[in-house]
Amino acid sequence: MLSWLPENIASYGDKIDSLMYLVYYITGTAFVVTELALIIFLILYRRKPGRPAAYITGNRARQALWTLVPLAVILAIDLSLDFKGTPVWNEVKAAIPPSNVLVQVQAKQFNWEVHYPGPDGKLGTADDLVMDNQLHVPVNQVVKVRLKSQDVIHSLFLPNLRFKQDVLPGREIDGWFKATKTGTYPMPCAELCGFGHSGMYGQITVHSAEDYQAWVRQQWPSS
Amino acid sequence: MNETAAVAHATHESPGFVRTYLFSTDHKMIAKQFLWLGLIMMLLGGLLALMVRWELAWPETQLPLMNLISEKTWEALNESGSWIARMIPNGFISPESYNSLFTMHATIMVFLVVMPILVGTFGNFLIPLQIGAPDMAFPVLNMLSFWTTALGGLVMLAGFFVPGGHAAGGWTAYAPLSAQAIYTGVNWGQHLWLISLFILGVGSLMGSINYITTVINMRARGMTWFRMPLTIWSLFITAVLLLFALPVLQAAAVLLLFDRTLGTSFYLPAGGGEPLLWQHLFWFFGHPEVYVLILPAMGIVCDILPVFSRKPIFGYKAMAVAMISIAFLGFIVWGHHMFISGMNPSLAVGFSITTILISVPAALITMNWIATLFRASIRFTTPMLFALGVVSMFIIGGLSGIFLGLAPTDIFLHDTYFVVAHFHYIVFGFSILGIFAGIYFWFPKMFGRKLNETLGKIHFLATFITFNLVFFPMHMLGIGGHMRRIYNPLQYPFLEPLQPMNVFITVSAFLLGASQILFMINFFWGLAGKKTWEQNPWEANTLEWTAAPPRPPHGNFLTPPIVHHGPYVYSLPGSTQDWAPQNEELPGKLARAAAG
Ligand code: HEM
Ligand SMILES: [Cu+2]
Ligand SMILES: [Cu+2]
Repeated sequence: MLSWLPENIASYGDKIDSLMYLVYYITGTAFVVTELALIIFLILYRRKPGRPAAYITGNRARQALWTLVPLAVILAIDLSLDFKGTPVWNEVKAAIPPSNVLVQVQAKQFNWEVHYPGPDGKLGTADDLVMDNQLHVPVNQVVKVRLKSQDVIHSLFLPNLRFKQDVLPGREIDGWFKATKTGTYPMPCAELCGFGHSGMYGQITVHSAEDYQAWVRQQWPSS
Repeated sequence: MNETAAVAHATHESPGFVRTYLFSTDHKMIAKQFLWLGLIMMLLGGLLALMVRWELAWPETQLPLMNLISEKTWEALNESGSWIARMIPNGFISPESYNSLFTMHATIMVFLVVMPILVGTFGNFLIPLQIGAPDMAFPVLNMLSFWTTALGGLVMLAGFFVPGGHAAGGWTAYAPLSAQAIYTGVNWGQHLWLISLFILGVGSLMGSINYITTVINMRARGMTWFRMPLTIWSLFITAVLLLFALPVLQAAAVLLLFDRTLGTSFYLPAGGGEPLLWQHLFWFFGHPEVYVLILPAMGIVCDILPVFSRKPIFGYKAMAVAMISIAFLGFIVWGHHMFISGMNPSLAVGFSITTILISVPAALITMNWIATLFRASIRFTTPMLFALGVVSMFIIGGLSGIFLGLAPTDIFLHDTYFVVAHFHYIVFGFSILGIFAGIYFWFPKMFGRKLNETLGKIHFLATFITFNLVFFPMHMLGIGGHMRRIYNPLQYPFLEPLQPMNVFITVSAFLLGASQILFMINFFWGLAGKKTWEQNPWEANTLEWTAAPPRPPHGNFLTPPIVHHGPYVYSLPGSTQDWAPQNEELPGKLARAAAG
């Protein structure tokens, strides 16, 4: 089922995907075991003349063990999932590694306005460049994305980069990713933002190092 | 009361049509009023869902049958600014109206279908009957609760007809999208939506106070807390949840209405407000609300399984405790809806842990259900089939929740169809299947006659199969990155390969809708048929089946019942029959066995 996942091109994507697989195997096993038990009981214990039901209340300690032991196992699995998940979450969302590439994605009904800081590396200066719905980044470099919204809540979704972050008006939210493969990938909005939400869609282009230099020279020819 | 007095009492008044059917204070009649409200709204909510599905399978094509309306008529409709032309201009769904459609589908299903039936109908019908009370503690408040709900429903429906159309911000109505008309183009629709939620909240709170008081004060002699059927436990816990959660939603809705109409800025950053405040308030209500939508069905399943297994429920007290802990945990997990909302990411860790912990009581309940079937003597009646449907679908809906509760995996799955799949396994696979189980089970007590079993079983099979065909593939769509709440998947090149799946789902959804015709036939046939008022058709233990047959003069029981043991004494060894009604005293040795 997880083969439906879009190709992963994020440095941290493997960690997210392997968690997904881990949960998939755990829940898959739980699914098979419980549904099988259910079906087997339904077949074995269907009504048969002359065979009354057993009187089992499940209130005695010995009987309750049948559920308490599996519960202890479930609790252990739960805690280990939390234990495995927390570092991944912290890596992706909590701390942003040092980065040389900064872009600001400013959402508005119904476009991604991408602000590039230009050669001075600073946003809000004269050499900034703005492009609608086109995000250009270099491969294998940490990209810091500064997210802002002009009106309502949007959500920047980069399926291949396993990146999703809501974009709120009235605050700046920083996110990051590192793409490991060049190419062009989808960049939809994932949060209902009005009648144009459907179709609010851009592209992220991941350039090789040389391509990226060429693209930069093309955009800022004077520098 | 001696016998002559009783007869005189029975004949002294006949309240007349209005007092009997409209402004009745009898909990059984109020339960039926809630049932009618819920079933009619289910039809509407279902139709809206099918329109949504049509659009997703065949985007921007004319809805079926709309070609029967001539172009001239459409033109006239467009010109007159009719609400039909706004909702489906020329028979097509527009992006604006699509947003209203799924918003209202969800709002209606949650607030006007599942809550009225699970809480309104079963709560009203079963609480007095199962605890052995003559009526609710506050009958007039009970009547008001229904009429307040009906008023809220009317206000909600009115939204379809106002200029600008109905609310289009999703049932979650995130601010600022919902806080200013310019963002959606919806003005009065969203106002009415908020006003209606407020009124519906008042109606629910009246019910909730009534349920809590009745359960605490009006239990029959001998009906101790731990002799109550689990349905009563579940309804009691539900009422407590509503009491704590609804006022938060109501306050949040009022503030949003102020932002929209009075120029305040509670949620508007431009005026110093905070958009996330809405999300915190909404989900502080919203997650407990999800448990409101399933807990009563959980109780119903706990009561139906033993009857048709002829066995006690496995671990009665553990079940009650599990339900209480689910309810408690329900208040400290709301942040799992907000992992990537922009709240401080460190909060996600805590919310993720509490969320995953819910799997412990949830698994306990599932295992106890399955253990109840161990060495049972199972009768596959229609209510039993639906109850078993709930058990098997809860397994799927519960397990898929782990993907979403774990914060790192939720990054990808949030706001995709995976979420839509997950919560429909809960709201349909649990709540709606549970509602059907309850209706088939208590129909004889409510309306005096069993529903047709053969038709019921076909209805179950058709519903169960098509339900899975509709909602299981949505997991795959979500994993493929298909966002929810989009009007036209073909606007996204990367979703094009998934489109055949969308078509498959829609075809299945129409079959699921068609399967419900079987239920309607059965229901109306059951209402029209000859009433037998068979007293205890399923040979069950709980008090409602011992209550006086059809209509006692008033109240429920000719003499107040006395309860001697718990509700799940089935197949007690040494007993001559395999059930033991709660009001029948067992001989000494058996009584001790039943108590232990
Ligand atoms: C006939 C069966 C049903 C079908 C075919 C159906 C279909 C759908 C679809 C396709 C969506 C997603 C719309 C979108 O994201 O674009 C949706 C949303 C939703 N549905 Fe259903 N549904 C059904 C029954 C129910 C029931 C019984 C409930 C609740 C008790 C329910 C509650 C919801 C909720 C809360 C949403 C979220 C709406 C939003 O995004 O704001 N649905 N439904
Ligand atoms: Cu959007
Ligand atoms: Cu929740």
